[in-house]
Amino acid sequence: MDEQRIKLPLSDQAIAALQAGDILRLTGTLLTARDAAHKRLLENLQQGRPLPVSLAGQIIYYVGPAPARDQRVIGPAGPTTSGRMDPYTLPLLELGVKGFIGKGYRSPEIHEALARHHAIYMAAIGGAAALLARQIKQSKIVAYPDLGPEAVHELWVEDFPVIVVYDVHGGDAYQSGRKRYEGPKESR
Amino acid sequence: MLRQVPVSQIEAAVIEAIERSAYELPADYLRALSYAREQEHSPLGQSILLTLLENSAYAQDQQIATCQDTGMAIIHMTLGQDVHLVGGDINQALNSAVARAYKDLRKSVVSDPLLRQNSGDNTPPIVSFQIVPGSQVQITVMMKGFGAELMSRLRMFPPAAGVEGVKEFLLETVEKAGPNACPPVIIGVGLGSSFDGVAALAKKALLRPLGTSNPKPHLEKLEREWLEAVNNLGIGPQGFGGTFTALAVHIESYPTHIAALPAAVNLNCSAPRRATVTI
Repeated sequence: MDEQRIKLPLSDQAIAALQAGDILRLTGTLLTARDAAHKRLLENLQQGRPLPVSLAGQIIYYVGPAPARDQRVIGPAGPTTSGRMDPYTLPLLELGVKGFIGKGYRSPEIHEALARHHAIYMAAIGGAAALLARQIKQSKIVAYPDLGPEAVHELWVEDFPVIVVYDVHGGDAYQSGRKRYEGPKESR
Repeated sequence: MLRQVPVSQIEAAVIEAIERSAYELPADYLRALSYAREQEHSPLGQSILLTLLENSAYAQDQQIATCQDTGMAIIHMTLGQDVHLVGGDINQALNSAVARAYKDLRKSVVSDPLLRQNSGDNTPPIVSFQIVPGSQVQITVMMKGFGAELMSRLRMFPPAAGVEGVKEFLLETVEKAGPNACPPVIIGVGLGSSFDGVAALAKKALLRPLGTSNPKPHLEKLEREWLEAVNNLGIGPQGFGGTFTALAVHIESYPTHIAALPAAVNLNCSAPRRATVTI
């Protein structure tokens, strides 16, 4: 499988060049957030208070890592289901988030909003948490430490493997992949 | 003859079972996954299945969790009726086993479904007991990730819905789950019993090792037919298209009322954590 090595942050130009189904190896900074952190971020916004971390230009990775053992940087850290974050995603796009990493379908509304905000949706392999953690070289909590595994972490990743699900040109790797393999198949 | 079993022995066995299943996926599952990798038509699908195999080997080697979501602990105890549990409260012992075993694992449990405060030690487990003749204690532990649990469904059909109605419901469930449930999934189908009973049947179906089938010929046939129908959906590994949307369909059934055909579909992800110990 061909892979593209990509440096973060992503420029608008780099985002425009990505196509659904592309396999990427990301190097740079990711912010983690899942259900509870999203709820807090939105409450923060609604109360008109500044966010504890700047989101403009960032990539958010939907993950709640396991605790780190021994001298490791982080515990197993695979993607969680993205769709649960759909109700919180519009305001984050408006703040300038340029991409999300998770797994699974987004709502039609978010799918459309991603393209409109020129942001990319990527998937990491669910269930490959131990291998994915190996590509995370630094990790620190930058907001909401009381949320435990749901705290916002800033990660430095090297050659972190993801697949582009929705590009900004309407491409959808889930839909096109499925279409290719629908129906009865010969056994190999 | 009465056999005394200290609850401390059960606690130790549960800790061992949880740790083992967090770090090592079952051999029957890894065999099924290797077979799928050989047979998968999609090159990306093959590469994803290979990654899952490598992840499993790496986690086992490093003694770390295969998936960060080590789930809620679901513990089923089958107790021989000649067993006397001694030395403390069995429910406390199981709680304590979970708290200790999850020390290095992620705490994924909230104490109240609406207030949503993390319980801090992954307690409580979901516990069920069954009494059978004999003097053995069998404990099955399943660490159920909720990516796939969230996509599981139950429906109380009228009898007229028949086999076709249930099949349609199954396909619709897998289709809606798509990549969310981390395919290739394992599908547990419960048929019959009551509203609560049919869900337990579907969960029980997930505990059966891969490569086994229901002993009843009509259900064994449905398991094969439904697996083929699911895989014809084309969803494939992680939803990027391919031959293997599911590795197996397991059906468990129980008698039911003349008025209903209860059906439950419980999905398991590509990291099925389960272990059984006998004391």
